[in-house]
Amino acid sequence: MADIEKLTMFQAIGVALDDAMAADDKVLVLGEDVADKQGGGVMGVTKGLSAKYGDHRVRSTPIAEQAITGAAIGAALAGYKPVAEIMLMNFVTVAMDMLVNHAAKLRFMSGGQTSVPIVVRTVTGSGFSLGGQHSDHLEAWFAHVGGIKVIAPSNPADAYGLMLSAIDEPDPVLFVENLIIGTSGAAAIGPRNVRIPIGKASVPREGTDVTVVAYSRMVVEALSAAATLEKEGISVEVVDLRTVSPWDHETVIASVAKTRRALVVQEAPREFGVGAEVAAEINEVLFRDLRAPVARLGGAKCPVPFSSPLEQAFAPNPARIADVIRALVDKEFR
Amino acid sequence: MEANFPRPDAQTLLEIYRKATLIRRNDDRAHKVIRSGRMVMPFYSTKGQEIIPSALSVSLNADDYICTIYRGIHDSLAKGLSLKKLWAELGGRVTGSCKGKGGPMHITDPSIGIMVTTGIVGSTMPIANGLAWASKLSGNKRVTIANFGDGASNIGAFHEALNLASLWKLPVIFMCQNNRFAEHTTFADCTAVDKVSTRASSYSMPGYTIDGNDPDEMYGTARIAIERARAGEGPTLIEAMTYRHNGHVFGDDGHYMDAEERAAAIAADPLPKLRARLIYDGIASEDEIKAIEDGFERELDEAINEALASPYPALEEMKRDIFAHEIG
Repeated sequence: MADIEKLTMFQAIGVALDDAMAADDKVLVLGEDVADKQGGGVMGVTKGLSAKYGDHRVRSTPIAEQAITGAAIGAALAGYKPVAEIMLMNFVTVAMDMLVNHAAKLRFMSGGQTSVPIVVRTVTGSGFSLGGQHSDHLEAWFAHVGGIKVIAPSNPADAYGLMLSAIDEPDPVLFVENLIIGTSGAAAIGPRNVRIPIGKASVPREGTDVTVVAYSRMVVEALSAAATLEKEGISVEVVDLRTVSPWDHETVIASVAKTRRALVVQEAPREFGVGAEVAAEINEVLFRDLRAPVARLGGAKCPVPFSSPLEQAFAPNPARIADVIRALVDKEFR
Repeated sequence: MEANFPRPDAQTLLEIYRKATLIRRNDDRAHKVIRSGRMVMPFYSTKGQEIIPSALSVSLNADDYICTIYRGIHDSLAKGLSLKKLWAELGGRVTGSCKGKGGPMHITDPSIGIMVTTGIVGSTMPIANGLAWASKLSGNKRVTIANFGDGASNIGAFHEALNLASLWKLPVIFMCQNNRFAEHTTFADCTAVDKVSTRASSYSMPGYTIDGNDPDEMYGTARIAIERARAGEGPTLIEAMTYRHNGHVFGDDGHYMDAEERAAAIAADPLPKLRARLIYDGIASEDEIKAIEDGFERELDEAINEALASPYPALEEMKRDIFAHEIG
């Protein structure tokens, strides 16, 4: 096991799985290549788990996302707590029926008689030269569905604590990891076995002029922009949603009530995204207090391009975030 | 059927008839209730397919699992679903098996192993694998039945699920009820093989095509598959040939069904045959059988009247059962 003092996000998630499996023998791991014989998953997150807990609890599967997700759902109906790895987020589209029609709905449609406590881990993100079918952030698709929770952490400590909570959760959770920040920014994970509650945002940077609401990699980009703007005398508060659905209205509204300006940033295409929901809510609650319209930044509405200059222009970056914030601060309604 | 497969004894045959009759009477009654306007629901008739779950479920334990589909009320009744829970659910009442929140396509009763009823063609199979995986992990010897139709053997989930079940040697039975129609399209018009069971060989599991309307064949084949699963030897694909007497859904007259073939299938209805056999073999008298049938009619009257007199779920139910904790 890696040095516990400083872990990447992927390593932190591996430690969380290890701790959860040690604590509860109902916790299972399944997915393509997840056992040690196949390398412990595409990003090595589950490395070491099959050696420690056995191939019956850490099960490599065929490339068959419906079968993987279905097996997780069925085992969950029978009292297990499976953590399924779907190698990349675009492959989740192959299992949409299992996730949306079944995992998310069985509790409701059965009148509360059955439940599906699964975690579906998946990873994605532009900037890895993987092109149009291996890079999409599809969390908004799932945030739109009742019955499934969506988590997208931005750092190792949050990923560790949220994974433990996701496994505890009596309902399905989609756990979205990001390729770029999964291996960068190693950090301490805090005390072992301490959970971070689902649905609670954090404020990794306090400020007074503008609030940036983000999640996953965009938190890192926003923090970078905030550091630049500090030198220009602009004080930026960053809210990390951590959980995309259900998202933390209270923390976001409290922050924007203070700063009276907001920018919402996501890597997924801007239209119909998570940011639109957050912006709409801010407008509904704080319209009269805002000093500028809520701004949104998101990815381009095109498949993630392969060619490097195009891919780099796809998602928001610190420079673009900083530009929007400067424009926001210039605006005064009244 | 293979000659050495077990055959049902007298009491088992009577039990098969009892279950099949309950299913038939229930189906006929549903048509009447919908026509009368007393309840509104999408209804997928199982008329003609009664013997399959009846002859299978007599070999199941209460804690064995089934997953079934929108055309699956017969499977649930054969597994032991109460008429009261069923009818209250069909009526969308809070006293229904799912508090009225699922309806006819999502009947669930885990207390008797009815784990999933899905409205999505093909989706029982991947989930049944998971239930079977859980049984294998815990060593509890339960088996899981994945019911589906012939149409579902053409969807990807079937192939993914059979491969995984065979690879992991799961205690699951893939119960294909070949009623000759995928909605309005005949089996031959949408399937590249003559028999669904031939697909079993692609996944290294036994596959049988049998007369699903024959209680002996259905019982014997199901028994063998269930014993194989319980013994940890892996899955079986059973293709039980049957015929859907009615159209796809209530209101569909089945105009696309070959009239002669349909008439022949209805004339070969297995229920009167089994009834006559029970009497001929001295397993039950005409009076005893009549008493069973009349008993179901009374139970249906009671279940339907009770359902209609029951309250609808409160609007707060829209916030409940989405998650374990009520949403705001």
